[in-house]
Amino acid sequence: MADADEPAVELHDLGRDYGERAALRGVTITVPAGASLAVFGPNGAGKSTLLRLLATLLRPHRGHVRVLGRELPREGWAVRGRVGLLGHEPLLYRDLTGRENLRYQARLFGVDGARVEELLQRTGMARRADEPVRTLSRGMVQRLAVCRTVLHDPALLLLDEPLANLDPAAVEAVEPLIGRDAGRTRVVTSHDPDAGRRDADLVLGLRGGRAVIAAPARDVTEADVRALYR
Amino acid sequence: MRRTVAALLRKDVLLELRTKETVPAMALFAVTTFVVFHFALNRGSVSGDLAAGVLWVSLLFAAMLGINRLFVAEREQGGFDAFLLAPVDRTALLVAKAAALFAFLSVLELIAVPAFALLLLDPSPWPALPGLIGILVLANAGIAVIGTLASALAIQTRARDLIAPLLALPLLIPVVLAAAKASTPLLLAAGPGTVAARWPLVLALYDLVFALTAYAVFDFLLED
Repeated sequence: MADADEPAVELHDLGRDYGERAALRGVTITVPAGASLAVFGPNGAGKSTLLRLLATLLRPHRGHVRVLGRELPREGWAVRGRVGLLGHEPLLYRDLTGRENLRYQARLFGVDGARVEELLQRTGMARRADEPVRTLSRGMVQRLAVCRTVLHDPALLLLDEPLANLDPAAVEAVEPLIGRDAGRTRVVTSHDPDAGRRDADLVLGLRGGRAVIAAPARDVTEADVRALYR
Repeated sequence: MRRTVAALLRKDVLLELRTKETVPAMALFAVTTFVVFHFALNRGSVSGDLAAGVLWVSLLFAAMLGINRLFVAEREQGGFDAFLLAPVDRTALLVAKAAALFAFLSVLELIAVPAFALLLLDPSPWPALPGLIGILVLANAGIAVIGTLASALAIQTRARDLIAPLLALPLLIPVVLAAAKASTPLLLAAGPGTVAARWPLVLALYDLVFALTAYAVFDFLLED
């Protein structure tokens, strides 16, 4: 088990390539347990790659990665089941209903079925939970994806633009589960410099796979973040 | 691992019942092939080695449809990522997919074998049935394991529809050969003869070798 005082995420000189192209180069940052890291950067900057690396879905090609006190990829087995990934894809089967999808996930994670019902209620999806996912709106699918992400009560949340497609009521429903007050360590990608910094303790700004900003949120201005996109 | 396999298998069966994308296509393909053979061979009925050959070639190509689709939902709907994020033994996916393919093949044969008997087979199928079921089970196990392995490899490529048969068919030739040799005496016009023990044994041994190979390498197929 990881020490409670140990950082939740430690990256040192992290690098990852896709063929000839370097997606991440020399990224170094430490995220304390319980803190929120906002990751900014233009499309293709390496944000999603970073989340997939932390989720153990990709292997680092250079540098060191420790997640929840475990070295990746060597101890990936100990990290799986303690992270929740909410990416651009909902990771739900379109021809199954929301409830069927969540029950399937609950069985994989050894979670009680009552947790599925609790989350469906909390996200306002209980009434539509027996409809196939392919018939639901993108916002509803995103709410189900939030349920899937927190189903096993993960210690580390990896969120890729988590509030995209959600209306204000849905945002209010999912905030207690994935928001800053959820009491979990969070790594959140965002394109909103204002809200993203407000919700974060630390900011990582990526451009071309390099960490252009790696600093406490209070030291980073909106102009610093906007400069990443120019 | 049993709980994980059960969860995966249950999900695959539920998806097939919901979409009906795989088994009906396999059954339709097999029956259509029998009809084509019926006219192409220009004979009303077949028996012996010809009957065994027609049956097993048709089942093999019908099985390829199932093999091609085995991991499509995992690839296209994020099932791989969702599974890899779970703290479970990854070999469970191999076992569950092979079990699902075995089940799909069994349902296919429930339709295809009577259709074969009706459309093409000269002798009555009933006396041959117990022996034939045993051979079908052994061959299904081989097709399921090899098919799952080939499908897991092919799904990572862009040309999966081409790669899966290219990988699976050469590996499945011994299965079809042994199954056809074992079935031939059961389908003789004069009535079922004795099946030589070596062909079912070859099938069983081949199944075992590939089950162990698949068990050893499957984890690496899921690695980034």
